Amino acid sequence: MEQFDVRGQRLAALCLLGLVLFSYPVLAVFNVPATVAGIPVLYAYFFVAWGALIGLMALAIEGRRE
Amino acid sequence: MLETPVVVAIAFAYLGLLFAVAYYADQRADAGRSVIASPYIYSLSLAVYATAWTFYGSVGRAADNGVGFLPIYIGPTLMIALWWVVMRKILRISKQNRITSLADFIASRYGKSALLGGVVTVIAVIGILPYISLQLKAVSASFTTVAGALPPLADTALWVALILAAFTIAFGTRHIDNAEHHEGMVAAIAFESLVKLLAFLAVGAWVTWGLYSGFGDIFARVAAEPELAPMLAPFGGVAGDYSSWIWLTILSMLAIMFLPRQFQVTVIENKDEGHLRKAIWLFPLYMLAINVFVLPIAFGGLLHFPDGAVDADSFVLTLPMSQNQELLALVVFIGGLSAATGMVIVETIALSTMVCNDLVMPVLLRMRALRLSERADLTGLLLGIRRGAIVLILLLGYLYFKIAGEAYALVSIGLISFAAVAQFAPAALGGIFWKGGTRRGALAGLSAGFIVWCYTLLLPAFARSEWLPIGFLEHGPFGIELLKPLALFGVAGLDQITHAMIWSMVANIGCYVGLSLAQAPGAEERRQATLFVDVFRHPGTPPRRGTASAPELFNVLARFVGLKAASDAFGEFSRQKIPETELIHLVEKQLAGVIGASSAHIMLASVVKEEALTLDQVRTVLDEASQIVLYSHRLEQKSQELERATEELRAANARLQELDRMKDEFVSIVSHELRTPLTSIRSFTEILHDNPQLPAAERARFLGIVIKETARLSRLIGQVLDVSRLESGRAQWHESLIDLRQVIEDTAAATGQLFRERDARLLCSLPARVPRVRADRDRIVQVLVNLLSNAAKFVEPGRGRVEIALAEEAGALRIDVSDNGPGISAEHQELIFDKFRQAGDPPSGKAEGSGLGLYISRRIIEHCGGRLWVASRAGHGACFSFTLPLAEGAAKAA
Repeated sequence: MEQFDVRGQRLAALCLLGLVLFSYPVLAVFNVPATVAGIPVLYAYFFVAWGALIGLMALAIEGRRE
Repeated sequence: MLETPVVVAIAFAYLGLLFAVAYYADQRADAGRSVIASPYIYSLSLAVYATAWTFYGSVGRAADNGVGFLPIYIGPTLMIALWWVVMRKILRISKQNRITSLADFIASRYGKSALLGGVVTVIAVIGILPYISLQLKAVSASFTTVAGALPPLADTALWVALILAAFTIAFGTRHIDNAEHHEGMVAAIAFESLVKLLAFLAVGAWVTWGLYSGFGDIFARVAAEPELAPMLAPFGGVAGDYSSWIWLTILSMLAIMFLPRQFQVTVIENKDEGHLRKAIWLFPLYMLAINVFVLPIAFGGLLHFPDGAVDADSFVLTLPMSQNQELLALVVFIGGLSAATGMVIVETIALSTMVCNDLVMPVLLRMRALRLSERADLTGLLLGIRRGAIVLILLLGYLYFKIAGEAYALVSIGLISFAAVAQFAPAALGGIFWKGGTRRGALAGLSAGFIVWCYTLLLPAFARSEWLPIGFLEHGPFGIELLKPLALFGVAGLDQITHAMIWSMVANIGCYVGLSLAQAPGAEERRQATLFVDVFRHPGTPPRRGTASAPELFNVLARFVGLKAASDAFGEFSRQKIPETELIHLVEKQLAGVIGASSAHIMLASVVKEEALTLDQVRTVLDEASQIVLYSHRLEQKSQELERATEELRAANARLQELDRMKDEFVSIVSHELRTPLTSIRSFTEILHDNPQLPAAERARFLGIVIKETARLSRLIGQVLDVSRLESGRAQWHESLIDLRQVIEDTAAATGQLFRERDARLLCSLPARVPRVRADRDRIVQVLVNLLSNAAKFVEPGRGRVEIALAEEAGALRIDVSDNGPGISAEHQELIFDKFRQAGDPPSGKAEGSGLGLYISRRIIEHCGGRLWVASRAGHGACFSFTLPLAEGAAKAA
């Protein structure tokens, strides 16, 4: 069963991506007192990036294997 | 403020509803139509992760430092991305080995060690106590907020603990299931996950759009407050630096795997590995949803209660209460109750299973004085132990709340528990990916990590609550500054969790890896390690060596699972025609499902006559090994043979292609050769036909040419037929004993005309007597005629001299036909024996032969067992020689 598992690899890559997105120094980029559509940049970033990551995870696990 | 009895009644009504849901799910499960066999229910049940901590504590944390609540949910999201690799493996291992709890999992991995199971259980129970106390604190605080303080005699938290204990007992320990499945509980948990999510979304929406006018409005007001404005870019300020953020993320990544209740719902209660697929994105989505309104509520609360008079942990409730939104407050209270009860139920059931299977039963089973292994029915005892454990755990949680809980915010209490369960990570994760991890290593790692945890997190919590002298924190034990619990070895400046995590992980991983490498694992450890690490490679577990009778095994099983379940199981075994040797293994698995792997191991040892490894078995193992070596040798041989055969086939194929090419060439040459005489015949006959008045002499000359060409044509066709007959092996041979002397003389006489025509001399030097040879006379004549006519053709007219010599050699007769013609150059000497090859034109003019004569001759001689060759030097004539074996040799060759 431990064959070439493209799903597992994509998901693992997303985990690494998440670690980058949610740690220093990327967070420092958004840690500024500005707002986007009335919402502070940092908080907007958190939820948008988090949501996008979940979306990618759904795509990786549910998407058709080519 | 609502009426106290109303709130109490509603709370009980809600618990009753939960019970109904659980009861319904249990009924459906018994009827074989499970309601929880769905990836959606599975995902919702995972959301038991969101407890009162999430429901009340996140807001408190956000109000404190802005972003600090987020890593608790982002960490698990990242971890879950790895679940397809990690959790699927744990699931497969647990199903194959009938794992009943986290302690069981770790103990089973390291050689079914009862000691290790006990250590894991102790760490889990002590580590989780702060977490349970957090729930008690949250529920009693929310109750006080909604319904006011109860009369001073009653201690709300104590009542909450007792009611939850009774409720959990009713939920989780109604009967013993031999797979530790609690379908009713899972259904209720999933239902609670929905309730708490909807309640939180309701209050969040109300704060955002009811109390204020949208997200933008709240953030704009926060930005306007100088005291609150730093919250909008909190890193480096209120939220501390990035290192504590990263450590919280890592901590949460581990917690989502190793909190006993998460292990329970994710692994033990899992119905189908495939459910993981939906859960991998649905559960993170749930966490995202329940966090969307945390910041608006936190900032709303801070704006609304600016003086800090209200505890931020209770903003979720106090905001609607302050606006007299009593119905909403009630909904929130129920949501918080859901979050807390869900956690308490699953956590205590998981812990009670561990306490029973991995702590109490192994001890009881080893105490021979109790003669437990002889008791008829132990199901009652098992249930009793578990119920006792549930009550005990909740009372200990209450005690912790009393001792240390009041001084901390909700999230800080919870994080202490997270750090405790993170200690399981090296042993558990190492155990499924690294075969080298040993029982000693795991024991040492867990113990060391736990001791550091106690020293850096638990004791300071007691000290803060003045149960220990505070000087212990400020100056270290006995005034040793280097051992200060919050700045171990002088490492200061980190927050408490980061500090504790770093040191405990260093101790844990260091001891685990170090001791694992120091001493090789034993046989049982190695066996289990292979089962765990290579779970996807080995489909089953090897049977245990030993013997036990079926009735004995039945009795053991019946004592733990009851008579009915045991007969069901054995009925199933006999229906599947399971051999008696595997019965032990299957019964051990069934037992493991009830009392855990280590207890089952001990229990079965009492009935199984286990021959550790007799000399015979060692011999068998060795035999098996040598068999395998033998097989591999054979396999190697076979593959070499195969290679050889392939090589031969390839050569055969090349030869066939060559033959095919030669055949094509042959056909084209033959048709060319046929066309030459045909063309001349045709042209001369046409002349004769078209010119009837041609003079008679001319006509006779033309007819002579036609006759000669026709003869040549028929000779050619005869030779082609000869070739094809010889090559296909269809030629007819009339062998007899012949006297070569006679044959040569006859041939010489027959070809005399040929030499006379060319004015050449033919000399024969023949011995008086030669032995006979066995051969086809006509064929030998054919060969001689061919050689002689060739010689005649090539010698210079008038000066030609051809000689035939016959001599006896060792076992053969040799005939030489030599001439004084132009000879054959060295490069042509072999070619002339090929089909249609001619060395050059005879001096008389154009070549007359077909180029087949020598080829046919050689075939004939070879068929007779002899050899035909030529020796020549250009300009010095040629000597064709052939041998024929003597009669007895010829007879042998035939």
